[in-house]
Amino acid sequence: MSLNSNKFERIPDRLPPINSIGWVAWVKQNLFGSVSNTLITLLFFYLIFLYIPPFLDWAVFNANISGTDRSVCDDNKSGACWTFVKVRIEQLLFGLYFTLNPDQTWRPILAFIVFACLLIPLVIERTPHKKWLLLTLIILYPVFFVSVVGGGVFGIPESDASQWGGLLLTFALAFVGIVLALPLGILLALGRRSKMPIVRSFSIIYIEFWRGTPLITILFMASVMLPLFFPSGVEFDKVVRAMIGITLFQSAYTAEAVRGGLQAIDKGQTEASMALGMGYWQQTIFIILPQALRISIPSIVNTFIALFKDTSLVSIIGLLDLLKIAQNSSRSLDWNGYDIEAYMFAGLVFWMFCFGMSMYSQKLERKLDTDRNTE
Amino acid sequence: MIKDDSIIKITKLNKWYGKFHALKDIDLSVGTTEKIVICGPSGSGKSTLIRCINRLEVHQEGSIKVDGIELSDDIKQITEIRSDVGMVFQHFNLFPHLTVLENCSLAPIWVRKKSKVEAEQMAMELLEKVRIPDQVNKYPGQLSGGQQQRVAIARALCMQPRIMLFDEPTSALDPEMIKEVLETMIELADSGMTMIVVTHEMGFANRVADRIIFMDEGQIVEQNDPDSFFNKPQSDRTKLFLSQILDH
Repeated sequence: MSLNSNKFERIPDRLPPINSIGWVAWVKQNLFGSVSNTLITLLFFYLIFLYIPPFLDWAVFNANISGTDRSVCDDNKSGACWTFVKVRIEQLLFGLYFTLNPDQTWRPILAFIVFACLLIPLVIERTPHKKWLLLTLIILYPVFFVSVVGGGVFGIPESDASQWGGLLLTFALAFVGIVLALPLGILLALGRRSKMPIVRSFSIIYIEFWRGTPLITILFMASVMLPLFFPSGVEFDKVVRAMIGITLFQSAYTAEAVRGGLQAIDKGQTEASMALGMGYWQQTIFIILPQALRISIPSIVNTFIALFKDTSLVSIIGLLDLLKIAQNSSRSLDWNGYDIEAYMFAGLVFWMFCFGMSMYSQKLERKLDTDRNTE
Repeated sequence: MIKDDSIIKITKLNKWYGKFHALKDIDLSVGTTEKIVICGPSGSGKSTLIRCINRLEVHQEGSIKVDGIELSDDIKQITEIRSDVGMVFQHFNLFPHLTVLENCSLAPIWVRKKSKVEAEQMAMELLEKVRIPDQVNKYPGQLSGGQQQRVAIARALCMQPRIMLFDEPTSALDPEMIKEVLETMIELADSGMTMIVVTHEMGFANRVADRIIFMDEGQIVEQNDPDSFFNKPQSDRTKLFLSQILDH
């Protein structure tokens, strides 16, 4: 309050100076703000100019997509040979069994479509009953997937899981790994912070053991040693063994990501819920986990993205995932020499899934964050 | 002063943190509807004492009886006592991921097993009493400190406790916010609630306390009604403390 008047008068708000807003100001400030900034900007524009157009020429403008065999591509070497990917698409996406039985390809296609139908509404914000949709996806969808793709029920011919391959196999491994590793990881993270010494020791040993072992070793062990632990006659499919190995491995990583979030929660939150008479599980489910998971979304999704890409290691135990099948196709007599196209296609599919996960995690983070603080 | 109808009875209470003797032979009875203010320098054990009453801290020797129930390791009894004893913290400790209304109705629904409608109805009534009527769907991060602390009071009251503990409820607040929280607490005192308040707000103590307890070094140095406490303090330690917090 000023001294010579006893009235407080509020100065009305004014707009900021015109040269500090708008895109011109943004470009000036962010791209050409200083000499070094300007040099870096120019350098990057030059690099983009140098590499992007030739790449586009190869991948798009000069590319071959017509025909059904390599002769088209062999005639025009200046462009990519997408004909190869087009001809081999069923193999790349669904693997051997469905390539040999082309009348059955509707099964994996249906499985993917149903997955998309469940997932897309989950990602859209305004969808009602999300909880039920999620439960359907986690519990009913795997059953549906196994009956449709695996067959052997409703008169659908059985398909041997070890003959699944391509994206279908990659998807199945990653889905199971993610859906099982998250709850397991949460339990392990809670166990590691438990006051009960046995629970705590078990969690620590579990996490440190699986985290300290390379996934390749685990896949080998799952493939060779797992059958030894069960009585003869109990036989696990190779794919199931890989799923078990991946889940055990992944849950240790997820546990550490969740623990990071748990550690960030203020002790006062536990005390306040204790003072209200809540028991351990009520505190954990209603107060601690919702906050801890929000904090650890980036690192949890990070482990999921790593898992999605790590599934390609199953080729070591003879499974033909997307990457391996792409490699094999490009080495077949028909298409020998077109491995760049094969790897680029596989890379693009991997990237689409991983980028999707990344985008969703960022969206989720933003949403939960504005809920918390819109000041 | 010690009444027969005491709702809290603490005898020979001792508490250590490692080797540090935090509470020494505390004896204290609190009567129904009695208002007690505990003051003392920091580290004197006043917060530890009230945190022992709802078992946020575990004591090693002596006994605490709340409403006739002895505090022990029995989880069921602890839960029972905790739902009868409300607590307000220095840093509010509201649940940041829940709205104001959810903060208040969560425990009544899951601990008291009330229906959602009933719990929300009561939460609304109490939020109106602490004058947070139109902010019930906001998140704690959107409220001022004073508003957050009043929500915290309402949240504790939603459990319909018979005793309320306040652990320095205004120490983390801006000066402008202290008054609104104290007013809410005075209204609560006038309604007949049993209250134990750890605070340095001597005006509040003078206005509502039936008894002021002064603690130092884990011991109760002196306890008296406000008039005698402020005007005729017995021990030198109390006199020194009062001169330090009142003469500025």
